[in-house]
Amino acid sequence: MAMLHTVNKSPFERNSFDSCLSHAKDGSSVLLIEDGIYAVIKGSQAMSRILDAPGVSFYVLGPDLQARGISQDHVIDGVTVVDYGGFVDLVTRHDSVQSWL
Amino acid sequence: MAEIKKFLYVNRKAPYGTVYALESLEVVLIGAAFDQDVSLAFLDDGVFQLAKGQKTTAIGMKNFSPTYSALGDYEVKKIYVEKESLEQRGLTTDNLLHLTYEDEDEDYAEKDSIQLVSRAELADIMDQQDVVMSF
Repeated sequence: MAMLHTVNKSPFERNSFDSCLSHAKDGSSVLLIEDGIYAVIKGSQAMSRILDAPGVSFYVLGPDLQARGISQDHVIDGVTVVDYGGFVDLVTRHDSVQSWL
Repeated sequence: MAEIKKFLYVNRKAPYGTVYALESLEVVLIGAAFDQDVSLAFLDDGVFQLAKGQKTTAIGMKNFSPTYSALGDYEVKKIYVEKESLEQRGLTTDNLLHLTYEDEDEDYAEKDSIQLVSRAELADIMDQQDVVMSF
């Protein structure tokens, strides 16, 4: 069962991202949206959580990055930027979706 | 005229995810009409409010970040950004808006409004206020 996890809260303000990664199994995907996108900034304190989960695929929603002024070259290497169409593709490619609010 | 008080607006939330950042900015602009000694502090996720290059077209929300550049015209000259909060989030002052005001005591020379302060310095600044408003 490949699951898609979405996280929409800042990793610095809530534990949604931490809790998501503690439950995400190898082969699953995590899509960061809204304030969740702050987890993918290179050099931030959240960076190690992503590097420590090599079995999980990470995606981030481009429109939410742009809105918040985080440029693509500021995104941790290995994290894939997707648009709204890519969000839909991710949902169809996985068996189920869990939202970490 | 009434005594001038020291007002500090404390901003701790990221923009767009919640309405706190926009509400704070509106209150600051309204409050600017009252000729008080106003300072703004940005710490924790509040530092994200000042990120430069915000483009909100694709999420269908209003980009209110250009309004921070108008604060200088409203006599808001002291904008404190907490150094530790920036560092934890992988940001530097290069990633922030360039905010300025005109110093009327020095022939309207353009000066930087943003001052990078440590957590300890910000604690002192908070301690010196008459009124603290939190967002």
